[in-house]
Amino acid sequence: MTQLALVIDLNVCVGCHACVTSCKEWNTSGSAGPLCDENPYGQDPTGTFFNRVQTFEIGQFPNSETLHFPKSCLHCEDPPCVPVCPTGASYKRKQDGIVLVDYDKCIGCKYCTWACPYGAREIDEKAKVMKKCTLCVDRIYDMSMPEADRKPSCVKACPTSARLFGDIHDPESAVSLAIREEGGYALMPEWGTQPANHYLPRRKMKMKIHMDELERADNPLKVDGHLPKPAKGASSMDDASAW
Amino acid sequence: MKPAFSVIFLTTLIGAAQGLFLALFTHQSYALFGLLPMQSDDFYGYGSAIAMALLGGGLFAAVFHLGKPIYMVTRAWRGMTQWRTSWLSRELIALPAFMGIVFLYGVSHLAGFRPVLVTLPSGQPIDLSFVLGVVGTLLAFTLFVCTAMIYACLRFLREWYSPLTVINYILMGGSSGFILAAFYAASAAPDQADFFAGWAIIITVLAFAGRAASLVRNARLKPKSTMQTAIGVKHPTIVQRSMGAMGGTFNTREYFHGKSIAFMRAIKPAFLIMAFVLPLALLALGLFSPALLGVAFVLQYVGLLAERWFFFAQANHPQNLYYQTIG
Repeated sequence: MTQLALVIDLNVCVGCHACVTSCKEWNTSGSAGPLCDENPYGQDPTGTFFNRVQTFEIGQFPNSETLHFPKSCLHCEDPPCVPVCPTGASYKRKQDGIVLVDYDKCIGCKYCTWACPYGAREIDEKAKVMKKCTLCVDRIYDMSMPEADRKPSCVKACPTSARLFGDIHDPESAVSLAIREEGGYALMPEWGTQPANHYLPRRKMKMKIHMDELERADNPLKVDGHLPKPAKGASSMDDASAW
Repeated sequence: MKPAFSVIFLTTLIGAAQGLFLALFTHQSYALFGLLPMQSDDFYGYGSAIAMALLGGGLFAAVFHLGKPIYMVTRAWRGMTQWRTSWLSRELIALPAFMGIVFLYGVSHLAGFRPVLVTLPSGQPIDLSFVLGVVGTLLAFTLFVCTAMIYACLRFLREWYSPLTVINYILMGGSSGFILAAFYAASAAPDQADFFAGWAIIITVLAFAGRAASLVRNARLKPKSTMQTAIGVKHPTIVQRSMGAMGGTFNTREYFHGKSIAFMRAIKPAFLIMAFVLPLALLALGLFSPALLGVAFVLQYVGLLAERWFFFAQANHPQNLYYQTIG
């Protein structure tokens, strides 16, 4: 079983919103129709986005740090939004685990948004149907694109490679490796939704340098020169002094 | 959550209709066994018509809960397909089914088409209207459970995630319907009004107790999701500086009721008084002065609208943790 997902490295994310704009650009231009955008340049701009970058301050100044936190649908392995849908418009694909909405079946009752603890779904106020991150399903399987481009547009856009994309059920994939080795975690684990998307924590990049590492303790070239040269064929203690 | 008026009207109107139907059939069952005098077909028939009118009003309100009203024609039928998993889908099946049975029950009485199907060993004739009444009763309770479970099944909306939600929907709908039945009987069968008013008092007291219990329970809830679990950072001090949007979003509109704390504090005693205390007083007085029963129903209905508004507004969705600061 495949479960496609994003792994987001919070240690690398700089909060530039490139993933937000590229997501909006790709998904408003597709065959599924535009994502609504009202008053984009007015006083109260509002619209449907699949991906947001939020910013949190952790701790109190001066001992604080800024966390940029991209949030989109987590494509839960046990998605609470899917079983509640009365029409079957919300579904989880068996073949790759992507949670999708069939815009032609949705009646816009918003029940799925009540059932999602993450607020990952947003109604399109023009089309009046529920919309959400598709993991760029219209991109990742598009054989007319070069293979390197068959990734969600947010992943392609990220200038710091904070977003990884792959199959978290494949233990050899880059995303599984990152989750395993970099301490990947899921959001709100208390609800048992098993989000497929994972986050890599902020981690301090520290290097410990000991005093004796600051100056060279030995000088092999000079030392080597002082070593007595054993005669050819004579037994030696080690390879360094042997021929 | 932001209370949707479509759902407030839907749940209160069909609740009253279900209660009214249960009241009418309770009377017919008593009468069948000779505990009360059997009333004319018109009494049960026109009573069912009132229930149908309330159900129709509820259905009309529900149209406005859809993204576009036209979805009622083009897409709503799909809402009946996911009954295996979705309580909303189950409600969308139970509501028309209940409406159909109430309609047939009313027609069976008004047309006088009540062929005896079985005769009990004790001699009571079980006619068509009685069988429809039994089916309707089962469907009324099914519909109550479906409606309430839509909310009670959402495990992270902890204010709703409780058996009290289901119990209260049944009791408050029952209370509303029995008060309406008492008012209806006061004009259509005055000597039977006390029977309905008596049951209405009992059910209203139980509903008061149930709703008070859920208020006490909700006041003690501690949130399971915190800022720490929401973003996965273990630090006691986490403050949102930006939600990622400069204006409002669906997430800031759908999940916040937008009223002040003072308003929330005021509406709680207001609905408790209007939906339970005053109707109980008026029911007691109504035993002597039937016109007050009508006042009791209308006053309680307004109280139940406030109750339902509070029910939705009180639920605190965990997604709100992600949407605290525009910046």
